[in-house]
Amino acid sequence: MSAPVLLEARAVAKHFGGVKALRDVSLTIRQGEVYGLIGPNGAGKTTFFNCMTGLYVPDGGGFVFAGAPLVADAPHRAAERGIARTFQNIRLFGNMTALENVMVGRHVRTRAGVFGAILRNGATRAEEAAIRRRAEELLHYVGIEDCADDLAKNLSYGDQRRLEIARALAAEPKLLCLDEPAAGMNGAETAELRVLIEGIRADGVTILLIEHDVKLVMGLCDRVAVLDYGALVIEDVPAVVQHDPRVIEAYIGVAA
Amino acid sequence: MNKWLTPRSTLGLVLVAAALIVLPFVVGMGGQAWVRILNFAILYAFLALGLNIVVGFAGLLDLGYVAFYAVGAYTWALLASPHFGLHLPFWAILPIGAVFACIAGALLGAPTLKLRGDYLAIVTLGFGEIVRIFMNNLNAPVNITNGAQGITLIDPVVVGQFKFSATSTIFGLTVTGPQKYYYLLVLLALGVILVNYRLQHSRIGRAWQAIREDEIAAKAIGINTRNVKLLAFAMGASFGGIAGGIFAAMQGFVSPESFSLIESIMILAMVVLGGMGHIPGVILGAVLLAILPEALRYAVVPVQKALFGEVLADPESLRMLVFGLALVLVMRFRPAGLWPSPERRRELAEKTQ
Amino acid sequence: MDILFQQIINGLVQGSIYAMVALGYTMVYGIMGLINFAHGEVVMIGTLVAISIVTLLVQSGMPPALAGAFGVAGAALVCMALGWSLERIAYRPLRRAQRLAPLITAIGMSIVLQNLAMMIWGRNYMTFPPLIEKTQYEFAGAAFTSVQVMIVVVAALSMSGLLLLVYRTRLGMAMRATAQNPAVAGLMGVNANRIISSAFVVGSALGAIAGVMVGTYYEVAHYQMGFMLGLKAFTAAVLGGIGNFAGAMAGGVLLGLIEALGAGYIGDLTGGFFGSHYQDIFAFAVLILVLMFRPSGLFGEKTGDRA
Ligand SMILES: Nc1ncnc2c1ncn2[C@@H]1O[C@H](COP(=O)(O)OP(=O)(O)O)[C@@H](O)[C@H]1O
Ligand SMILES: [Mg+2]
Repeated sequence: MSAPVLLEARAVAKHFGGVKALRDVSLTIRQGEVYGLIGPNGAGKTTFFNCMTGLYVPDGGGFVFAGAPLVADAPHRAAERGIARTFQNIRLFGNMTALENVMVGRHVRTRAGVFGAILRNGATRAEEAAIRRRAEELLHYVGIEDCADDLAKNLSYGDQRRLEIARALAAEPKLLCLDEPAAGMNGAETAELRVLIEGIRADGVTILLIEHDVKLVMGLCDRVAVLDYGALVIEDVPAVVQHDPRVIEAYIGVAA
Repeated sequence: MNKWLTPRSTLGLVLVAAALIVLPFVVGMGGQAWVRILNFAILYAFLALGLNIVVGFAGLLDLGYVAFYAVGAYTWALLASPHFGLHLPFWAILPIGAVFACIAGALLGAPTLKLRGDYLAIVTLGFGEIVRIFMNNLNAPVNITNGAQGITLIDPVVVGQFKFSATSTIFGLTVTGPQKYYYLLVLLALGVILVNYRLQHSRIGRAWQAIREDEIAAKAIGINTRNVKLLAFAMGASFGGIAGGIFAAMQGFVSPESFSLIESIMILAMVVLGGMGHIPGVILGAVLLAILPEALRYAVVPVQKALFGEVLADPESLRMLVFGLALVLVMRFRPAGLWPSPERRRELAEKTQ
Repeated sequence: MDILFQQIINGLVQGSIYAMVALGYTMVYGIMGLINFAHGEVVMIGTLVAISIVTLLVQSGMPPALAGAFGVAGAALVCMALGWSLERIAYRPLRRAQRLAPLITAIGMSIVLQNLAMMIWGRNYMTFPPLIEKTQYEFAGAAFTSVQVMIVVVAALSMSGLLLLVYRTRLGMAMRATAQNPAVAGLMGVNANRIISSAFVVGSALGAIAGVMVGTYYEVAHYQMGFMLGLKAFTAAVLGGIGNFAGAMAGGVLLGLIEALGAGYIGDLTGGFFGSHYQDIFAFAVLILVLMFRPSGLFGEKTGDRA
């Protein structure tokens, strides 16, 4: 409970025309935890990710990450600061190989520029070799080293999810945000994913997890926040969240 | 040891090199005009490879590329001609031209690169026209560009005492001006090929491809898409500037007419027709499109005479007509270009399933 | 003061022409995302066809106004057939190809049409026979002619007709639906091929009318006239927000006004440094400026990427 705060969302608001996708959402993620973000479809979870990673500019509020505010509208800065993400509807670079996808994920942690590329000097060659080595390690880490030279779009669905995680990890994030990583996976695949996420956490990466699979969330997360109609309903440990009447209502309200 | 240097590829390289060396003499037997056409083919290949960085690698549709070519050409023309009485050496002007073109590219790119593809196309096109209009009119009140008349008596490339414009005898071999420029151009072209190749397989090259594939994902993994695009734009512009300088020196004359929109379109057509992003394809496209209209110039009249016994259609327009049809037909039957990269071909095959 | 009013009138006339041509670009772009580079050439062919028809009829004794009507009708028919064939022959096979392939095809067709026109009508400037009596009017110190009035009126009528078509007919509804979301429109039973063909046909008809306007206004025509006109009109379409009908009209008129006013005042503004031969710069300079601050054009919707 005493771990330092890694990310703080302060009254983040976002609307699209009349739709209030986020209504002053404030929450706090601590270093080293797995933090779950759940809520019915359309609750604003993905929008929260997009605001945090700089793809959307919030209409109100903001984020403080590792002690300093995040600049709005600058996704590359967010990545530099140590936030990496995956997408709900997988966004890989389809016509690049799996290995190249992870290599390009190293972009923020490497520096070779145009002149380095043209001159191909020692430093550039060394960096290039290191990029490749690290990318291979990461493919191995998520368990798809056999597909290294396949085009990303030709991978199986589950492998694409893994590749996206590997690409995100390549940026050496402090905070890894996963948007419904288990969506479309069968039981066995979900179990493997869980092992993978636990491994990543064990390596010291804080994880923000959007997920529909309640069992996975409750089993994996240290704390869970629930969004409904863009507003934060509750933020607490799974055992409490699970039995909160408002949460049950939010989910049943949708189901009905 | 390099994995590319197998005995077979070494043999291939030697053969290609030999062919490149004797080519201007073989072609020269048909007259120096053909050597000049050959030179233009190489110059266009150089330009097309410069544009390939912008269009093929970074996926930015630039319809005003010729503006940078013009900047390079006028830089050379103004710094090495009687117009201002300046005669700077080539090793100074060529980089200055490249830097000017690069600055022009950055100035245009910085505010506009966030625009979506087709808008960028029209903005670059407009920029090309603006540059041309300025060249056409900056002869009053201060005569900078000499207007539509253009600038004449431009210095050729001169290295020490070695003048590229004159015929000289080297080791008992008579080498004409165009033939000398040929070797210079081949050297430059090899340089731009190397640059293209190395960029493509680099951190920046991967970032370009990522942006082309999915810009949002590219942003999310930390690529500063604006800067990286700007880099491509400025690089492409610099190469345009270098080509322009050589063009001015080779011709001895520049005027706004050489930098019209159709020229930009030609260069883009070379890139797309050959196979965007694929270096050999782009070279093929450039050489074909540079030579095809010239070859047609010679073929159109005799062919008509043979077929109909008389010249029915104006050869100039027939030639361009055939050229336009060739563009249409190639895109119809090979939409990824004549010689696309293996990946592109695969992409396309899957899309049409 | 009166130069201001004069330039506004000139700008309105030129702007009406741009607007008519811009609509052709915007319709095709809105529905299939293609810059139909050959559209300017279609307009040029409309002008030249009209010249041939009108000259022939007037020579055989028909009153010019009637001959003009036949000229417009003939030009519209030829251009509609041309637009339709362009789409069928050149663009349709490329629907699934990479983005740049149809653009290169369009450029190729533009070259083909220009040179065909040169073979048919020759290299020289052709005079456009007067269709109506050219009377001069004066109003508040500015002069204008009956031809200018006619151009603005015909443009207004044609564009009203287009708006009726787009907002009051089933075809128009299907066009708008396809522009919004082709996949959904397809699901709802809209035949995309028919819609795309219609866009080309309607756009070409407007282009033909615009072509006749240009001819009567400048009284000359030439096989190369389509290029710059097309370019300006496309600029106008982008300025207004491409894909947006009202935007194309507004963009066209605006561009005409900017050019006329710019040409009228640039000398004063720059202390005589730049003369009116910089007129062509305005179109592009304004375009670049507008897009810098409004990346989707003046009236285009902001299409934020959905992450
Ligand atoms: N780019 C956008 N434009 C318009 N509406 C959007 C956009 N992104 C999200 N929304 C709307 O915001 C609401 C929240 O969506 P989202 O964040 O995707 O929900 P969740 O991820 O929780 O399912 C939805 O009503 C959705 O339609
Ligand atoms: Mg979501």
